[in-house]
Amino acid sequence: MAMQQVALLIVLAPLLAALLAGLAGRQIGRTGAHLVCTAGVGLAFALSLWVLLQLANGAPDYNGAVYTWGVSDGLHMEVGFLIDRLSALMMAVVTFVSLAVHVYTIGYMKDDPGYQRFFAYISLFTFAMLMLVMSNNFLQLFFGWEAVGLVSYLLIGFWYKRPTAIFANLKAFIVNRIGDFGFIIGIAAVVYYMGSLDYMEVFARAPSVVELRVQLTPGETTRAVTLICIALFIGAMGKSAQVPLHVWLPDSMEGPTPISALIHAATMVTAGIFMIARMSPLYELSHDALHFVLVIGATTALFMGLLGLVNNDIKRVVAYSTLSQLGYMTVALGAGAYGAGIFHLMTHAFFKALLFLAAGSVIIAMHHEQDMRRMGGLRRYMPVTYWTCLVGSLALVGFPGLSGFFSKDIIIEAVHHSDIEGATYAYWCVLLGVFVTALYSFRLVFMTFHGRERMDEHTREHLHESPWVVTLPLIALAIPSVVIGWLTVGPVVFGDWFRGSVQHGADGPLAILGEDFHGPAAFLLHAASSPALYLALAGIATAWFLYLKRPDLPEAIAQRFAGLYRLLDNKYYFDWFNENVIAAGARGLGGGLWKRGDEQAIDGLLVNGSARTVGAVAAVVRRVQTGYLYHYAFAMIIGLALLLGWLLLRT
Amino acid sequence: MLVNILFWIYAAVLVGAALGVILARNPVHSVLLLVLCFFNAAVLWLLIEAEFLAIVLVLVYVGAVMVLFLFVVMMLDINVERLREGFVRNAPLAALIAVIVAIELGYVLWVRRLGVELPAGTAPLPAGHSNTAEIGAVLYTDFVWPFQLAAIVLLIAIVAAIALTLRHRPGVRQQNIGQQVAVRPADRVRLVRMKSEREP
Amino acid sequence: MITLAHYLTLAGVLFAIAVAGIFLNRRNVIVLLMCIELMLLAVNFNFVAFSRFLGLLDGQVFVFFILTVAAAEAAIGLAILVVLFRQRRSINVEDLDAMKG
Repeated sequence: MAMQQVALLIVLAPLLAALLAGLAGRQIGRTGAHLVCTAGVGLAFALSLWVLLQLANGAPDYNGAVYTWGVSDGLHMEVGFLIDRLSALMMAVVTFVSLAVHVYTIGYMKDDPGYQRFFAYISLFTFAMLMLVMSNNFLQLFFGWEAVGLVSYLLIGFWYKRPTAIFANLKAFIVNRIGDFGFIIGIAAVVYYMGSLDYMEVFARAPSVVELRVQLTPGETTRAVTLICIALFIGAMGKSAQVPLHVWLPDSMEGPTPISALIHAATMVTAGIFMIARMSPLYELSHDALHFVLVIGATTALFMGLLGLVNNDIKRVVAYSTLSQLGYMTVALGAGAYGAGIFHLMTHAFFKALLFLAAGSVIIAMHHEQDMRRMGGLRRYMPVTYWTCLVGSLALVGFPGLSGFFSKDIIIEAVHHSDIEGATYAYWCVLLGVFVTALYSFRLVFMTFHGRERMDEHTREHLHESPWVVTLPLIALAIPSVVIGWLTVGPVVFGDWFRGSVQHGADGPLAILGEDFHGPAAFLLHAASSPALYLALAGIATAWFLYLKRPDLPEAIAQRFAGLYRLLDNKYYFDWFNENVIAAGARGLGGGLWKRGDEQAIDGLLVNGSARTVGAVAAVVRRVQTGYLYHYAFAMIIGLALLLGWLLLRT
Repeated sequence: MLVNILFWIYAAVLVGAALGVILARNPVHSVLLLVLCFFNAAVLWLLIEAEFLAIVLVLVYVGAVMVLFLFVVMMLDINVERLREGFVRNAPLAALIAVIVAIELGYVLWVRRLGVELPAGTAPLPAGHSNTAEIGAVLYTDFVWPFQLAAIVLLIAIVAAIALTLRHRPGVRQQNIGQQVAVRPADRVRLVRMKSEREP
Repeated sequence: MITLAHYLTLAGVLFAIAVAGIFLNRRNVIVLLMCIELMLLAVNFNFVAFSRFLGLLDGQVFVFFILTVAAAEAAIGLAILVVLFRQRRSINVEDLDAMKG
């Protein structure tokens, strides 16, 4: 089979399934909808796996256009696929998580009236994400980018009768618009300076425009490539929820849990990370842009993690954890260790999806109760969920040997060895972040599965393990969470897996680390000498002490440091700022423009004013129109006399 | 020489009659004076051998159009006094405009000489020359289409004049021939089916 | 010797009288129509005179057409007048101000 046909099949199978389930959902019924969609995504997963194996065995990259949409002044607008090891890896991850979520949804959404709609959406999302990942040009990248944003919007507001869900999806949409504005400016700048939309052409031309400067502010010039990179990164900040455009992600938990797992943890939010890794040849040309990326990522990694410490909603804790981990990935990118970022993206996709699905399983069992203060001791009732969740949490905190351990340790080490400005700040942020990660992760585990049973009697009686369609994906995701790091750290991060698709600086941090890398086992031993492991263990111990041994302490600490607690509880007042300064300011500006500009100046002065002027002139002029025949006759005759006189005098 | 004297006499009468037309108190007098104008004009045209038009002017204009004017003026009950209001007040303005127009026309004619060399006199016409035949020859050959067009204009004028003045008086009994012809038996006779009545 | 100029002058005088007539009799529609007839007569004078003195027949043909159109105009004008009088019981121009702006 030719690569092009396979690629087309991979993207079109979920799209067809989505169309079937979405447009003919009533005809094919609930069972038909989930069969069609699961089959479509399953096919895509199988083919993606085949592609991945082909490429792993040395098949050449595929890069070609399948459809030319238009050519304008030499600018080709095409639908095309670039299938190299980077996109193949992403395809496999996306389709695998998507498949797991499809299966899980069969159980989770069992009683929901919007069953078919939901399946149509998640299949459509898979299509859009694949288009994004497999694109070989900026236009299609933008299409996929917007399409996943749209599906995200639809799914956050899936329960459209809940006002909070509508608020959340609007918020997600607007915040993403801000990011997308930067993104499209970046793409426009790429077209302007490089004259092409195709990745390979742009990368080939990039070195020739590296000294090009652009004047943004008077008296100061910026390098064009820095402008492009930062504009593109602003897009990534929106999509991958980096400070300060992160505010939509916690609220997006209003959507159904499978969505939180698929879109807002494993795949869509990593689109920004993927995009920057894809653009690594550009970013390598601009250390200023990398510096910006690094600082933003580090800030997100630490400070968003802290928020997870005070939240009591099980899904929101996982959401803040996602924010923090996205910060880690961004830090890796900013440090120039793109491979490490993608590696963390992959491992994170597995264990974060796992955590979300486990949280969802708990939520089903608790009859849609999400407050952890009303849980506890669930370990006895739902063992599969407990163990998989524990595995996910251990992977997240970086327990030696599990997947998160490799990816996170490499990021920390890479930042340590990075010479980008701000690396020291980033290093401390990610290091402290390890402790915070361990603390909130095990706070979640202990509050949910251990300790006193704090739920009411009625709920306790109905507690039981979730059905197999829920637990199967949990197990399916737990396995890679454990082993994927061990298996792939060598080739993916330090090997030549990404050679050709991601460009690393020759003296970048991964090159330095690679010299000391002698297989995963040696890396494991080396970890014993790094502070990260001890910080993680300290975090787990602290969580145990605070939430199992002395459950009264957190309350006391919160009261002792009331100011700090309030700051965290209000999420650093980002929402307050956005609502009261930006949104209110925009509303005020809009209201002012409406009242003053539109109603008074345009309607009042220009539109009605010109009408009034015409009316006033007409009121004077109409007196000339007496209606008397002889006045018109006089006018004609006198006019004739004057005209004749003028003609005679003129010559 | 006789022609010259005749020209001056008729021209003087023409101007006098024209003044009478615009100054007469009674519209009937105006119409009659206008008829006099046309007669004089016809004679003046005869003097320069435009016989056909002279005759047409008398026949068509005096015979038809002016008679029509006369009919209308006499038929309508006109309050002459009210119509004469402002006559004196407007006289200076009227005189001024008339003088200006006359000066402008005279300027063109006498000072500018029309911008061309004016012919000194008329070329003598050959014996047996017929002005009417000449016009007829031109009218039915070179100007046949305008001639037809003029006929249509007249036709339209006839139709329009009738259409404008036609009116239906209510309450006048009259025959509608179209309705009488188009009548059907069912409109006139109603067949009623009924039971025969019992003998008392 | 009567020249073209004599005729043209006569026509000019007629035309000026007609113009003055329009100003003088501004209220009487019938006299207004008659003034227009006078103007047309003046114009016809010019045509006939030019035609004869230049030796071209076209001018006379033109007069023929002017007479035709003038007859039509007079017929319709008078018809309107009759209808107007029927409606308003007046031919005073000052009563006709329905078009007043």
